[in-house]
Amino acid sequence: MAEPRSAVQLLTPEGRLNTDGAAAEYLPYIDALDDDQLRQFYRDMVVVRRFDVEAANLQRQGEMGLWVPSMGQEAAQVGSAYATRAQDHIFPAYREHAIAMIRGVDLIDIIRMLRGLTHGGWDPKQRGNFHLYTLVIGSHALHATGFAMGIALDGDPTGDPDKDEATIVYFGDGATSQGDVSEAFVFAASYRTPQVFFLQNNHWAISVPVSVQSRTPLYQRSEGFGIPSVQIDGNDVLASFAVTKRNLDEARGGTGPRLIEALTYRMGAHTSSDDPTKYRSDAEVASWAERDPISRYETWLRSLGATDNFFENVKTEAEDFAADIRRRTLELPTPDPALMFDHVYSEPHPVTEEQKAWLADYEQSYGGDA
Amino acid sequence: MSDIVTGQDQVRTAHPEQTPEAPATAELPMAKALNAGLRKALADDPKVLLMGEDIGPLGGVFRITEGLQAEFGPKRVIDTPLAESGIIGTAIGLAMRGYRPVVEIQFDGFIFPGFDQITTQLAKLTNRHEGTQAFPVVIRVPYGGHIGAVEHHQESPEAYFAHTPGLRLVSPSTPNDAYWMIQEAIRSNDPVMFFEPKSRYWPKGTVDFRASVAPLHSSRVVRTGTDVTVLGHGAMVSVLLQAAEIAEAEGASLEVVDLRSLSPIDYRPILESVQKTGRLVIASEAPGFASIPSEIAATVAEKAFYSLEAPVLRVTGFDAPFPPAKLETQYLPDADRVLEAVDRALAY
Repeated sequence: MAEPRSAVQLLTPEGRLNTDGAAAEYLPYIDALDDDQLRQFYRDMVVVRRFDVEAANLQRQGEMGLWVPSMGQEAAQVGSAYATRAQDHIFPAYREHAIAMIRGVDLIDIIRMLRGLTHGGWDPKQRGNFHLYTLVIGSHALHATGFAMGIALDGDPTGDPDKDEATIVYFGDGATSQGDVSEAFVFAASYRTPQVFFLQNNHWAISVPVSVQSRTPLYQRSEGFGIPSVQIDGNDVLASFAVTKRNLDEARGGTGPRLIEALTYRMGAHTSSDDPTKYRSDAEVASWAERDPISRYETWLRSLGATDNFFENVKTEAEDFAADIRRRTLELPTPDPALMFDHVYSEPHPVTEEQKAWLADYEQSYGGDA
Repeated sequence: MSDIVTGQDQVRTAHPEQTPEAPATAELPMAKALNAGLRKALADDPKVLLMGEDIGPLGGVFRITEGLQAEFGPKRVIDTPLAESGIIGTAIGLAMRGYRPVVEIQFDGFIFPGFDQITTQLAKLTNRHEGTQAFPVVIRVPYGGHIGAVEHHQESPEAYFAHTPGLRLVSPSTPNDAYWMIQEAIRSNDPVMFFEPKSRYWPKGTVDFRASVAPLHSSRVVRTGTDVTVLGHGAMVSVLLQAAEIAEAEGASLEVVDLRSLSPIDYRPILESVQKTGRLVIASEAPGFASIPSEIAATVAEKAFYSLEAPVLRVTGFDAPFPPAKLETQYLPDADRVLEAVDRALAY
């Protein structure tokens, strides 16, 4: 077994830039960012965290059947999302709210799904190639791989990173135990797909710790399949950005697939139906709170000159965003029952047409207010 | 996985539809008709891809794709790793990319590692996308018994998939239908499961390259009669025709209906036939419990109740695992089992 390597970290939990060792080779990616871009990372992490709190509250108030919190994983998501290019295709699991927002999904569409109004919510082609959430753990790893096989079949890379395409697929530590993820590694390696596997190791698959999923560090898993990998501090938005940028650009250029394991932590429950106090300690949660992705980044931005005024503005923006989500959630219309039938098939089908007509007649028979 | 090829006809046929002096018809076994249909689909649409285990240089364990990789190259005819979920799951991603993957599952009993990707992903993704993305994936499944093979190589798993909204299921019974239906399945923008009766791969039949005999999702009367309607799909159709010959000699007139499409089911020819005969026997190789014959029996009872002179009867495989090969002739419905049911129907 390979000797474990240390995780790439550019920003320490205390908010200092790390210039040693592995970090040094990634710093040029950060140096290339201007102040506005750096501040955008902060803004998005804060807005999505506030959104997450608002959505969890809405669920508790009975406005959604379920909520899937992303709190604690903002750095892994925001950094990697900004590392993608416009032409890339993103295949999320179901907790990637920050990436959805950055790629252009209206987050009310995620609310619509968890409020029970749709199984999808958006057209990926109109929303930054951000594909639909997949609730069956790991299944979408194969879709991302097949899509990347299609990119490779369409033609060799041009060498222009602004044109060459890649896919990035997000999944968690629990998903690594699914056969579909291992099969995706096999297909990706065999066909040398332009693809990054982005593994958010948040340490818990609902109530089961990562030690039950794997006895080896998870980033080593893909190497056995011939997929080079790197482990990062997933609560460091700079590491997430720089390492994803490099690996995606290498993959799109034809090196074959890569895997990034981002070490992070799910600060909240798995979903609103979960009770994490039954399986993990307060001390563990507290230790991760000290490694919070937002507070360390705030410290660093202040060291670069950001003032209270900036942070107050972001806070106001986040409050406004949350209020807007709350207002729009309460206004969401219930879909027409015809929605059940309309897209079961893409071409006419006698059974769905007959049943759609029957349901309409049945509802009409007692005034349509069943 | 076994490399079983029975009764194969190794004579390489020309591909008459692609030569200037192409004859309008040819005598071909179903295996060669499928090969010709796949070749036509590959030639007509550059987005059509074939994927599966051993389909490249080997041409598949049944040689259905023989010669196609040499002709179209390894980027159109793709040998995949040995992983059914991986094959279906990557085909889904390729469909999202704009390709039209045609997947070969090596044997009926090996489809289940891909069951999750077929039923919870492929079947539902059109619905989940609310019509903004089509999933034109064809899954070819050699199915059924009569070939004397080992466990997992002779099964009829159609009903599992017919139960799943979002999938279309078809099954040809003749070389001509095989040639046309595979092309129509590939042109469909919905996922189509294509059940190939492997025991019928090698008997020859006339393929007419000019036009298909019926649309993809239609059932069809293939022999007219007046006393009892007998209905089945795939390999069962030849058993029903054989039973009809025997019955005629014994003085009973059977009307044979080839189902062709298992989902959706085209009921019009079935109901018209039952309205004429008043009796219906449905045959299938699969176990009968919660089966396609059960579904048809229920619907015919609902829609043709006053035409029926006898209960609808089912002749199916038994509700036991497909037996060891030496027992398969007792397991699979044959002409005698069909005629036993015909006699019971006529006794009312």
